[in-house]
Amino acid sequence: MARLNLWRWAVLAFAGVYFLVPLAASVIFTVDVPGEGITFDAYGEIVGADGFLPGLVLSLELGAATIAVVLLLMVPAMVALRLGAPRLRPIVEVICSLPLVVPPIAFVAGISTVLKWGPEHLSRTPLFQTFVAIQNPDFPVVLVLAYVVMALPFVHRALDAGLRAIDVRTLVEAARSCGASPVQALVTAVLPNLRGALLNASFLTLALVLGEFTVAQILGYQPFAVWIYSVGGSQAQLSVAVSVLSLLVTWALLLALAGLGGRSRTAPRG
Amino acid sequence: MTATTLEKASTSDNAATVEFRGLRREFGPTVALDGLDLTVRPGELLALLGPSGCGKTTALRMLAGFEHPDSGEVLVDGEDITHVPAHRRDAGMVFQSYSLFPHLSVLDNVAFGLRMRKVRTSERRARAAELLDLVGLADKGERFPHQLSGGQQQRVALARALALRPRVLLLDEPLSALDAKVRLNLREEIRRLQQELGITTLFVTHDQEEALSMADRVAVMRSGRLEQCAAPAELYGRPATAFVAEFVGTMSRIPGHLSDGSVEVLGQRLPVDGAAPDAVEVDVLVRPEAVRVEADAEGDARVVATAFLGAVTRITVRLMDGTEVKADLPVHEAGPLGAGAAVRVSLPERAVLVAERANRQ
Repeated sequence: MARLNLWRWAVLAFAGVYFLVPLAASVIFTVDVPGEGITFDAYGEIVGADGFLPGLVLSLELGAATIAVVLLLMVPAMVALRLGAPRLRPIVEVICSLPLVVPPIAFVAGISTVLKWGPEHLSRTPLFQTFVAIQNPDFPVVLVLAYVVMALPFVHRALDAGLRAIDVRTLVEAARSCGASPVQALVTAVLPNLRGALLNASFLTLALVLGEFTVAQILGYQPFAVWIYSVGGSQAQLSVAVSVLSLLVTWALLLALAGLGGRSRTAPRG
Repeated sequence: MTATTLEKASTSDNAATVEFRGLRREFGPTVALDGLDLTVRPGELLALLGPSGCGKTTALRMLAGFEHPDSGEVLVDGEDITHVPAHRRDAGMVFQSYSLFPHLSVLDNVAFGLRMRKVRTSERRARAAELLDLVGLADKGERFPHQLSGGQQQRVALARALALRPRVLLLDEPLSALDAKVRLNLREEIRRLQQELGITTLFVTHDQEEALSMADRVAVMRSGRLEQCAAPAELYGRPATAFVAEFVGTMSRIPGHLSDGSVEVLGQRLPVDGAAPDAVEVDVLVRPEAVRVEADAEGDARVVATAFLGAVTRITVRLMDGTEVKADLPVHEAGPLGAGAAVRVSLPERAVLVAERANRQ
């Protein structure tokens, strides 16, 4: 037993060093300016930095839109799959896992080819305007579409785990026999019991969108991750400070999520 | 814990008649319902009894609106509801598995249907409290389903099913997940509530004891068809078919010869009850309580096993030809009959049920 404990501590210590040393180095790099001593100027500069706010806002907007689209797509689909066609489940699982296998670089290469090819061939049809609209730099819908695809594996897994934990069919039928229409049954009987799964899926999607670089960079937009990279070239300290900050924000979100999920069982309701 | 007179009046007045007409349903290669015809009378509790896969649950779910027949129709009070969606059917249902909404308190679970009907909050809470009182859980309203025992959860489910004053109550093996003691209590309570409210009730079960003890009539089903629908005593005493005879209660088969409308069995000649099959080699079907076993050193039958059942001892006897017969004897008579004892088996001088001889392995 004692030996086992020792091993556990050793592994924990190693993992701690592995994760914390680079993090600590980053923090020290941002606060310890040569010749000035300890200063938090780098963090103060973030807010005022050129392009910080638009980048963050764009990323959050993209995140919100992606979450909305992917949940609206997946929740009814997964519930319908459970109720109506359980035999199709493995097929959907494979399809939803594909984005994990296809590297983002290949994915974006495909997208940019289509974006170039589309307007040329469709220039005389109304679809031409569609191609223009989805590439609107103020709100690039094409990124939302790409992120929805990239978030599929995570959302699918989170929802599948959530649906596994409840007896969807019985809940829906119980609600229906109490006079609920199919949509009411979904909203009032199934969704509240998927709260944890929905939060999980949303969080994973948000984390993915906030950190996504490849697709946005290659398609030429500048959300948060791309901004961090571009700022890194000129202001190294600032860019690391932003990284540390975004890590902390992500942690805060994760803790908030754990808190919400943990309370869902006992939360009293009217 | 009694239903208010007002409630009773409101439901028993419009107790509904339910009719299944020629219901047919196939799931791929399996036929779940093969032309089911059945009528449930107003205010009665009808048990659908049968082995698993006989289509009893499918029939119930068709009445609830969760399954749709390939052909045939479902009528409530003469009105065809085959194509009415489940949520407009006015049928309360209790499920086999615990079906309470885990995110809602017990009171909100019971009030769920009223919420769907847009009943005002104060009104629906009052009504839900009344129903919880009815099932004896008035003090558990603020609990959550996972804080209740299985039996309590099914009581809440019953209260929820009754909340909308449905015209039909559907019970899909509601007791099968509970342990024996709770099952007995709840069985009595469901029956009491059903009679007080006078609500037409369909009860699916594979437990014949449950069906016989609770129901006004029992419908025995077999591979998608109705075998017999009769009051419990009639079903037990005068089963219409060999299948019903053997499914309901315990039956032993004793080989006999059929001739001139009577049957020769165990050296006795007995009249045949009901229609005789068109065969000479037949089996006589006998209940354990109708078989006489006497110790007889000359007897050619041997006791194989005995099982003490409380009031009676069930004795398994092997006849000379290898047939095993079960007999129930008062405990004091069975005392000297241990395994291996030589006995003589006889039947009372009464008409007996006869079936075509079953193939023996």
